[in-house]
Amino acid sequence: MTNVGVAKQEKKPGVIGRYLARNRATDNYLIKKDASRVLSGIFIVILLFGLCFLILQPLLHQFSNSIMSREDLFDPTVIAIPRTPTFANYRTAMSLMNYWSTLFSSVLITFLVAALQIVACTLVAYGFARFEFPLKRFWFACVILTVIIPPQIIRAPMFLNFHFFDLFGLITLIFGQPLQLTGQLGGYALLSATAMGLRNGLYIFMLRQYFRNMPKELEESARVDGCGKLRTFVQIMLPDAVPMLVSCFLFAFVWQWTDGFYTNMFLSDYGIMAVEMSSLGDVFNSYYIRMVIAAVGSGHGVSPPVALVEAMISTGVLIGIAPIILIYLVAQRFFVESIGQSGIKM
Amino acid sequence: MVKSKSKPAKRGMTMASKNAISGYLFIAPFIIGFIAFMAYPLYQTVRMVFSNVWLEPAYHTFGWEWTGLENLDWILNVDPDFRWAMTEEIMGMLFLVPAVLVFSLFVAVLLNRKFLGRGVVRAVFFLPVILASGVLVGIETNNSLLNMVATEIQEQNALRANVTGVIEDMFVNVSGDAPIGDFIQYVLDIINQIYAIAMASGIQILIFLAGLQTINPSIYEAASIEGATGWENFWKITFPMISPMILVVVVYSVIDFMVRTDGEVIEMVTTSISSFNEFGQGSAMAMVYFAVIAAILGIIGFIISRLVYYYD
Repeated sequence: MTNVGVAKQEKKPGVIGRYLARNRATDNYLIKKDASRVLSGIFIVILLFGLCFLILQPLLHQFSNSIMSREDLFDPTVIAIPRTPTFANYRTAMSLMNYWSTLFSSVLITFLVAALQIVACTLVAYGFARFEFPLKRFWFACVILTVIIPPQIIRAPMFLNFHFFDLFGLITLIFGQPLQLTGQLGGYALLSATAMGLRNGLYIFMLRQYFRNMPKELEESARVDGCGKLRTFVQIMLPDAVPMLVSCFLFAFVWQWTDGFYTNMFLSDYGIMAVEMSSLGDVFNSYYIRMVIAAVGSGHGVSPPVALVEAMISTGVLIGIAPIILIYLVAQRFFVESIGQSGIKM
Repeated sequence: MVKSKSKPAKRGMTMASKNAISGYLFIAPFIIGFIAFMAYPLYQTVRMVFSNVWLEPAYHTFGWEWTGLENLDWILNVDPDFRWAMTEEIMGMLFLVPAVLVFSLFVAVLLNRKFLGRGVVRAVFFLPVILASGVLVGIETNNSLLNMVATEIQEQNALRANVTGVIEDMFVNVSGDAPIGDFIQYVLDIINQIYAIAMASGIQILIFLAGLQTINPSIYEAASIEGATGWENFWKITFPMISPMILVVVVYSVIDFMVRTDGEVIEMVTTSISSFNEFGQGSAMAMVYFAVIAAILGIIGFIISRLVYYYD
């Protein structure tokens, strides 16, 4: 470059020219810094995109499976995008799952159960967070125990205990026979109301942490003003805890929705989505055999093609979790902020 | 609380005992639930460890026969599968938990930065909290028919030579017998299992993110003015400030991994109790397993709590 050229550039420096000048002034530090920023930005974008794809991939796969027609499923040249998209799988799955009535009863029962659980857990958590009483550490250890013992382990004694529920012989004494709690919504409602439902120990722990971090002055000033303990709790502590309660409720709802253990023990007769989802494969199996018998007259040794079963299960899972995915997308803030609010620490 | 002997409170009760009564009233639901629904099955399970148990055909109870340590002896010395499954499970835990810890911390640091579409990316990363729960875990392989096919496909895939496999072998073999080879193998295993790790990291990312958001930004500002780089910022500020969360995450991950429904030992316990009515042996397995988990948690908690830094 000639001197004239430089002079011209300096006369009317463009954006790049100015940038280069600044770069020279900093002894090439600026360009190194910016280049590394851009490169790391690109790297992070690729990484995040890849990881997001990884997590979403099963859902995408299930979705593409669910809209494939029979021909597409058996055609090895069709990989992700079906040639003839169809909603036939959805219709079959919905009728096999009794979708709308299942949805209705699931929403109703899950809502009720989750609400009971959160009410009980909130009370218990507040008790642990704000009161000193004898054996407090022991009872809290019991809470932790319910967290770390998976109920599957004590399933057999639990089942017998609930099937012939007899509180130290008291119930036989009063009603003449033990109470059957299994297979009854009332049974699970009892468990939920006493904070013994699915992952309730965890909710107690989170809520306790939250209440502990609330300023003590709130209650002290309420007490000075002559407010009773229950009233302090309901009118002063609870309104402040609403976001946290919503978070816990959403967790309770979503996890209850997909739970298999308590659902099988107590709610299997109520047409719950979790039951319908997990049995759909076998239900479809027998449905297919019935269809074959109707068409050919004999169903001996017949079983549905694997690709078809897979497509059916994919469809069932997708429509089964659609409501909770919807809740998740709408109320994402509450899920994400839940733990931040509780200020968990050890 | 002050015990006020000289100045009795209303209704002749001290403040402390009034407090205790209210406290008990608040936690009453839990106490009732625990005693009515949990304590008895738990007690029975513990008793089963030391007994020969059968279901009485006519009446709805268990039949008991005290056998002492026979069940424990059987699962530890006779049963060929239990010790193997247990070791497998603990090795799996030692493999997965560090990976989950690093992964979730890394992702949390990324998600804590400001960028376009952060909300969407966060939503995707927490999706496993829903997707990896309850009946959704392994719903595709729970079906008997698909289960058979799935193993077949896996075997076929294992036979097929692939590029990543060759590269993996290259990396591992190049290092010869040096311990770095093991480390490379570990990293490669983690990359292969990245899906499992991402699915197990939902809550952990939440916990770390919550921790990151409590760090005062002015600390970073001060450090930048002093000339600290991002790397130094991470190790000198972020890492110590977030160390209490590391303890929480490790404890949560260990429990989450050990009690997952499709774990080896949990499955063994479930089958031996539900399918074979071997209540004694199943319970013994469960209890030994829990003793081991408790011991591991104790050791980990002890070690990490030494290293944790508390800001306040």
